Amino acid sequence: MGNVRVIARLDIKGPNLVKGIHLEGLRVLGKPEEFAKYYYENGADELFYQDVVASLYERNSLQDIVTRTARQSFIPLTVGGGIRTLDDIRETLRAGADKVAINTQAIKTPSFIQEAARKFGSSTIVVALEVIRTGGKFLCYTDCGREHTGVDALQWAARVEELGAGEILLTSVDREGTGTGFDLELIREVSRLVNIPVIAHGGMGNGQHAVEVVHAGASALAAASVFHYDHLQRAHRQQGAHEGEGNVEFLKSGRGFGAIQPANIPEIKSALYSAGIPCRFTSTSSR
Amino acid sequence: MNIAIVDYQLGNLFSVKQACQSLGYQAEIVSDPDSLRKSDALILPGVGAFAAAMTNLNQSGMKEALLEFAASGKSFLGICLGMQLLFTESEEFDQMKGLNLLEGQIKRIPSDGRKVPQVGWNQIHAAGQPWQGSCLKEVREGEFMYFVHSYYCAPKEPSVVLCTTEYDGFSYCSAVRKDNVVATQFHPEKSAEPGLTIYANWLKSV
Repeated sequence: MGNVRVIARLDIKGPNLVKGIHLEGLRVLGKPEEFAKYYYENGADELFYQDVVASLYERNSLQDIVTRTARQSFIPLTVGGGIRTLDDIRETLRAGADKVAINTQAIKTPSFIQEAARKFGSSTIVVALEVIRTGGKFLCYTDCGREHTGVDALQWAARVEELGAGEILLTSVDREGTGTGFDLELIREVSRLVNIPVIAHGGMGNGQHAVEVVHAGASALAAASVFHYDHLQRAHRQQGAHEGEGNVEFLKSGRGFGAIQPANIPEIKSALYSAGIPCRFTSTSSR
Repeated sequence: MNIAIVDYQLGNLFSVKQACQSLGYQAEIVSDPDSLRKSDALILPGVGAFAAAMTNLNQSGMKEALLEFAASGKSFLGICLGMQLLFTESEEFDQMKGLNLLEGQIKRIPSDGRKVPQVGWNQIHAAGQPWQGSCLKEVREGEFMYFVHSYYCAPKEPSVVLCTTEYDGFSYCSAVRKDNVVATQFHPEKSAEPGLTIYANWLKSV
């Protein structure tokens, strides 16, 4: 087994970092670049930016945020949301991304994965699957879990590998934002089926969840709420109220966390490490 | 001082340029032999296919310019595919010839149940040459660097090896140095602060 990657995921709407539950009901948390910098300094292995409205309103608003982030964070950055053409990929990479994540367009036109992998190399192309359990099956959705496609997630995962995807970002929409743990059955089934790395996403509420999902076969894990809430709590304790910086009322009250136990990246890595799972540790992440 | 980042239509040049800039050096993207001749130091980055890269370098006349540059004794840094291109040939597709600045072959990481490509962080271990006096000086033994690759370099001369990496039980050479040419399989520009240390050391030595 390689070193397990811990990826901070940032959902972005316009200029703001947002977070929802089941990819919906978005709250503004602050500036994405500021959170990204914190995660970089805390030993995140990668950053993942998702433009959560790009697919809906047909626009790419992320380029400036990507460029500002790439100037201060020297770790891999993946960008998803609204990638429809080879030109979109070229522009996103030129803005400073290292990889792109594609969902909607891949399902609409599977050959797009192949073209993109040939042009930019498989290692640049991440295919994102947003999965909802429906009638005993795992089915893929697009547009942040809103559009039903009827595509079976397991069949699609295998096909995506054949078409040349370098990695699969596997989101359980059912678990996303809940903190109740990853959908281990989903992760296990897909990881068993493909040889490319599977990034598990959706549901991490604590370090034990991270350990479980690696045992289920994930090569990497991505999480948002756990890290964002931790960062906001720490920032809040340090500086008092964040005036005008997003909707933090619910954070002050501590309500709205659900099952999520805020933790920083070193804490999650230390849970992995204690369970004997290899991962990158840094001098800055030992605080 | 003119630092050139060689553009042959493959790879993320932006992050290489940003890494230099964050250390106070302005690097220029260069894609023709004349501009390359005017440069004092060169970075050959790259991600992707060996054959496509060599085809681009052959067509643009950059192959000769790169060989000339290496022979001039000026500093030459290869990264990822830019390391692999320095060698004699690759077994990817039909035995494509490389720049042959270093003797050796490019081979595929054996699958044997491993995930290939290797995508992620891995450690570098001292081997062959001492790190002192190289761009790896002050880097911690066993430090983590970021890798993305399906192929690896197998140098013929063990003396050029600077460090090795073990991926899921498979050990291979992850950086080399010979005279003015140094190259890494990993991406220092994506390897956080330890990666920037490598850039800083190299830029200072230019």
